[in-house]
Amino acid sequence: MILNRVQACLALAASLAMPALGNAQNPIRVGLSIAQTGPLSGAGKSGLLALQIWRDDVNAKGGLLGRPVELVVYDDQSNPSTTPGIYTKLVDVDKADLLIAPYGTNLTAPVMPLVKQRDLLLMGNFSLDANAQIKHDKYFNNAPWSSAKAMAQAYLALTGQLGVKTIAILAADAEFAQTIAGGVRQGLKERGLESVYDQNYPPNTVDFSSMLRALRAKKPEAVFVASYPSDSAAIIRALNETGVGSSVKIFGGAMVGLQYTTLMESLGSMLNGVVNFHAWVPERTMDFPGVRDFLARYQAKAKDANVDALGFYIPPFDYAIGQILAQAVNATKSLDNKVLAKYLRENEMKTIAGNFRYGPTGEWASPRVIFVQFQDVLDKNTDQFRSAGKQVIVGPAAYKTAPVRPFSEIRR
Amino acid sequence: MSFDLLAEALIAGILLGCFYAAVSIGLSVAFGLLYVPHIAHPAFLVLGAYGVYGINQAGVDPILAGVILSPFFFFLGVGVYRFYHAVFERRGSDAGLRGLAFFFGVAFIVEVALILNYGVDQRMVQASYIGQGLSLGDYRLPYRMLVAFAVALGLTVLLSLYLSRTFMGRAIKAVAQDETGLALMGANPVKVKQWAFGIATATCPIAGALLIVIGPVEPGLGRLYIGRCFCVAVLAGLGSMKGTLAAGVILGIAESLVLTSMGASWAPAVAFGLLLAVLAVRPTGLFGR
Repeated sequence: MILNRVQACLALAASLAMPALGNAQNPIRVGLSIAQTGPLSGAGKSGLLALQIWRDDVNAKGGLLGRPVELVVYDDQSNPSTTPGIYTKLVDVDKADLLIAPYGTNLTAPVMPLVKQRDLLLMGNFSLDANAQIKHDKYFNNAPWSSAKAMAQAYLALTGQLGVKTIAILAADAEFAQTIAGGVRQGLKERGLESVYDQNYPPNTVDFSSMLRALRAKKPEAVFVASYPSDSAAIIRALNETGVGSSVKIFGGAMVGLQYTTLMESLGSMLNGVVNFHAWVPERTMDFPGVRDFLARYQAKAKDANVDALGFYIPPFDYAIGQILAQAVNATKSLDNKVLAKYLRENEMKTIAGNFRYGPTGEWASPRVIFVQFQDVLDKNTDQFRSAGKQVIVGPAAYKTAPVRPFSEIRR
Repeated sequence: MSFDLLAEALIAGILLGCFYAAVSIGLSVAFGLLYVPHIAHPAFLVLGAYGVYGINQAGVDPILAGVILSPFFFFLGVGVYRFYHAVFERRGSDAGLRGLAFFFGVAFIVEVALILNYGVDQRMVQASYIGQGLSLGDYRLPYRMLVAFAVALGLTVLLSLYLSRTFMGRAIKAVAQDETGLALMGANPVKVKQWAFGIATATCPIAGALLIVIGPVEPGLGRLYIGRCFCVAVLAGLGSMKGTLAAGVILGIAESLVLTSMGASWAPAVAFGLLLAVLAVRPTGLFGR
């Protein structure tokens, strides 16, 4: 009889323990699509490596809510038409607990109606103005900018410092480039700038000499370029070969790709004088706790993974997505998207990419996009970019490490 | 547009057009003379460009690296054609569509192999003529475009001479005109076509060298060139080497003029509009018979 009671107690204890045991084995699934092929895969692959490092870190510390974290990842091939289907699958078939957006504006925009309709939390991944129209209250971006206009204003402020009166705009026919160029166009009037050349170019343009010649003929004092990696490299080469004229005091803007190690190394001294947006560079004002340790670990894995060797642009911010999610889940002890979104709206985020708060549309309340100027860059040398002084921060003032120097003066 | 700007745009267009001719000339042989739907041609260009990138790391000039790789690509072309012929061409009427699928598959395999081996980042090469321009008064011409111009011209002349002056070259032209007739003369059309496809592929690393000299390459770049290469080959009149050069130059000038004038977004539309207009008037292309 006593034995039976003991057995019954043991059975009850075992049955009570089962859910906890099952829970520990049942992972929290973080779903995302990220470009592993196609034109955006350079950033996508390095971003994924950062997220994998975060997953390993968080699992080494026991996971979230006592459960291991698992990444459910699909390759969207840099193709916006694939992302709505992938996210439907992530939600309905894979039963993802948390969602991270694809890399970039073009890929995120098609997912926004779905997450709004299902009322899901979505962590943005380097989008620009993806939530401006749809205004989903559970969208939160990792990128340190708030809107195209705000981003453009930082560049236009630099033109003001250099006494520029005329500007030329050259932008790729694609979502991100057009959005940011639109921000520049909006800000011209308030800055008293006159646009003397404004061209959108098709994405598969091979040689930019013709456009730079036409641009040079207009004698602008500033040139704003919004381009993608291959275009950015081709434009910098054409800039060196064809020139843009001695009237130009500032050249650059939103040239995606000039943050990538392979292009920085290949272009070398051709980059000198160019002012471009960035998210993180090894300057003293960017020394956030944990970022250098993360980059050291990322760089150790980057070679084997065949991804961006330095990882200054996307990786710290993709790791930050994981930190933001972990902070919210640990603080609320919940995976409820509504509860998590409330926490994200009301609290300061502590990440290796810096601490910040979210504004009403899920963008950083105080944007921190930095503009760097390439100075004294040498040819064929990756290591030079690891230390300060090669990509100095020229704006905004709070993070500035050196004054902006006129482009024509540096190129002389 | 001022006269100076117009002149510069014309010169830039000619240089760019020669580059287009160089990347299309292999396709003019494969598609124009052999009627093989070789949509993997741009993928082979990119493969060639990566080969050049690898050799350039040791300090070898990119164009020279392209020439060094040429014989290897010749054998690659021979192998690909033998497989294509054995599995698709020999089997009859539906070979066209299935062949298209085959070459699409080949292009995909090349792309994935490059991604696995090199990753997806853009790659560029180093050479003294990259990033520098030749100053002629107020004009500044990029050396890399001048190199592309010279190499394209050289390739066209060499291939034209080969096809018109050598025994095998004439055999290739003959197989394009009448395969059965050639067989009745005692020649083996399959061997002739295999040789011609090898030559078409051998041009890929040289044109690929130009590709990576002109701009950065990444594994998926070939997709952007499929339209342009076929546009040049068809505009030329299938199989004409001189026509390929002329068509490339026409495309280059059209693109350059549109890019220089107010309306850069229209450049691809103008180029392909031109193709449609020429084909409407002259369905055989500019130099087709």
